[in-house]
Amino acid sequence: MTTPLPKPIIDLTGITKSFGTFQALKGINATINEGEFFSLLGPSGCGKTTLLRMIAGFESPTDGTIVIAGQDMAGVPANRRPTNMVFQSYAIFPHLSVADNVGYGLKTRKLPKAEIAREVDQALQMVDLGGLGSRAAHELSGGQRQRVALARALVMKPKVVLLDEPLSALDKKLRDQMQVELRQLQQRLGITFILVTHDQEEALTMSDRIAVMFDGRIAQLATPEELYRRPVDRRVASFIGVMNFLDARATGRMNGHLALDIPALGSIELPSAQVPEGLELRNLETIGIRPEMLTILFEGSEQTEHVARGEVTGTAYYGDMTYYSVRLPGHSEDVTISMRNTAGRSIVPPGSEVPVGWGADSIVLFQ
Amino acid sequence: MKSALKAFPSKWLAVYAVAYMVFLYAPVILLPMFAFNDATVISFPLTGFTAKWFGVLWQTEALHGAVRNSLVVGLSSAVLSTVLGACAARAAARYRFPLKRGIMSFILLPLVLPEIIVAVALLVLLMQLGMPLSLVTVVLGHVLICTPFAIAILSSAFQGLDQSLEEASFDLGETRWGTFRRVILPLVMPGVVSSLLITFTISLDEFIIAFFLTGTEVTLPVYIWSQLRFPGKLPSVMALGTILLVLSVLLLILAEWFRRRSARKQGIEASATGGFA
Repeated sequence: MTTPLPKPIIDLTGITKSFGTFQALKGINATINEGEFFSLLGPSGCGKTTLLRMIAGFESPTDGTIVIAGQDMAGVPANRRPTNMVFQSYAIFPHLSVADNVGYGLKTRKLPKAEIAREVDQALQMVDLGGLGSRAAHELSGGQRQRVALARALVMKPKVVLLDEPLSALDKKLRDQMQVELRQLQQRLGITFILVTHDQEEALTMSDRIAVMFDGRIAQLATPEELYRRPVDRRVASFIGVMNFLDARATGRMNGHLALDIPALGSIELPSAQVPEGLELRNLETIGIRPEMLTILFEGSEQTEHVARGEVTGTAYYGDMTYYSVRLPGHSEDVTISMRNTAGRSIVPPGSEVPVGWGADSIVLFQ
Repeated sequence: MKSALKAFPSKWLAVYAVAYMVFLYAPVILLPMFAFNDATVISFPLTGFTAKWFGVLWQTEALHGAVRNSLVVGLSSAVLSTVLGACAARAAARYRFPLKRGIMSFILLPLVLPEIIVAVALLVLLMQLGMPLSLVTVVLGHVLICTPFAIAILSSAFQGLDQSLEEASFDLGETRWGTFRRVILPLVMPGVVSSLLITFTISLDEFIIAFFLTGTEVTLPVYIWSQLRFPGKLPSVMALGTILLVLSVLLLILAEWFRRRSARKQGIEASATGGFA
């Protein structure tokens, strides 16, 4: 079975945006595919919201082109674009009922009343708000408002749904639940979703692909797994999850392997497949390794490829996991090691000398 | 000990409050008192109850003309100043432009300008322009002093408007005009009603400008002033004053009621939408 080739729905080419002397976007190139859950992830002020608002038609790029569904969007106002937005504040019309909010856009299309009512009903069912159509907007809880905003966008049957930090106002539990629901809904409908978020966990759990943005540029555009496993630089690596950075030096390249000297862990050879293209060996100063790729070896633990020695300096207990701070010889900062709290395994107290196991395939090199 | 300390100042506060209210409202109370007094001379003691002065009003043709004029002037001034105020308030809330603060304070200046100065200046200007004095000139003068009030009331209404609501409407395919009609207008409506009622009230009892700028047709306050020259007419003027007083208070209460009701309907804190009364 072959997977069908992804069909692009949005093409962003060379997009820049300046507000006075401030450059919010410095050349964005990206293609977003049909039916994809695409996230723009980055810290506040990185330009992700500006980019989303440009796709919606609320801002126009200083330079560059936005093509949606094969049509250049230059000069096309927001009310004539095949996109609909879920606003961060939800922007529920406070003077209208839930049903009138959801049917707002359909009314501009001059559809007959009965048809609007039917579509609104369907949309409310879709977001689990069936029967709440007559509620006043101010009688809704935060989660319900979010669903109304979503239904209001979906009922328009847009080619692309734009979501501007839609979950940031919800409490943690509701947010986790909505993440799952949003993702399921998107997969069921097959509509392209573009999500703006600063929450890396949210982006990882929901997205097909993620564009990580810093300072108006896309630092890396990849699937969640690739982002996590092979972040291109230190900034991306520390933004997505936790990453330990260790000093390292390249000592040579021989028959397809790269020889590395990592003072804290030892010397190893990495297969070239693990070395990113265009890596300048002279510039190699740091490697990364994720906390879960380091293991404290207990008696009877599975053997690992390499073993280093370290000293536990602190622990943080998270219930299912324990995070250890461990000092490795020849490294000034403590590394973080996460261990699953399996049955019968006690927490190692600070001050203990422990063997730290690791494997060469978990070493991450940066460009 | 502690409670005594607490009781002492609160007792004085009550005394102060009562004294203040008497100072404010005692003269106003005199108005209805003499309006129902059965004597032509305005002095104590009161001689007896009568409603005849109100009857006199009913039969005075000139008064009816003045009331009509005042209503026409009041309605026109209220509508014009509210429209102008809405434009200014919207611009101030939504757009950034150079010297915005300066321009806004400049627009609000007539609030504190002595009315007599405004009236004289307007009169001189109209003379220079060769414009005949009429109710139209009174309306223009009233628009000038009412607009700052309208801006003050409507500013809070427009400021409280979440900009993403407009964007949401636009995003859902609505036009600019449709957005105004279906989202902005309903949401600022309480402010608009409030502004209409208050500017109408201001115009209704404004005297100085009306006195300077009116031609042969007089407004109600100017008519009242002209009647004060005849001692025999004084009680019926008191009766008229009483009616106006009640009307003004009713209008203000109505304005505030409107504002609160719609604020409640939208689930917004009443104070957040701003208001005048």
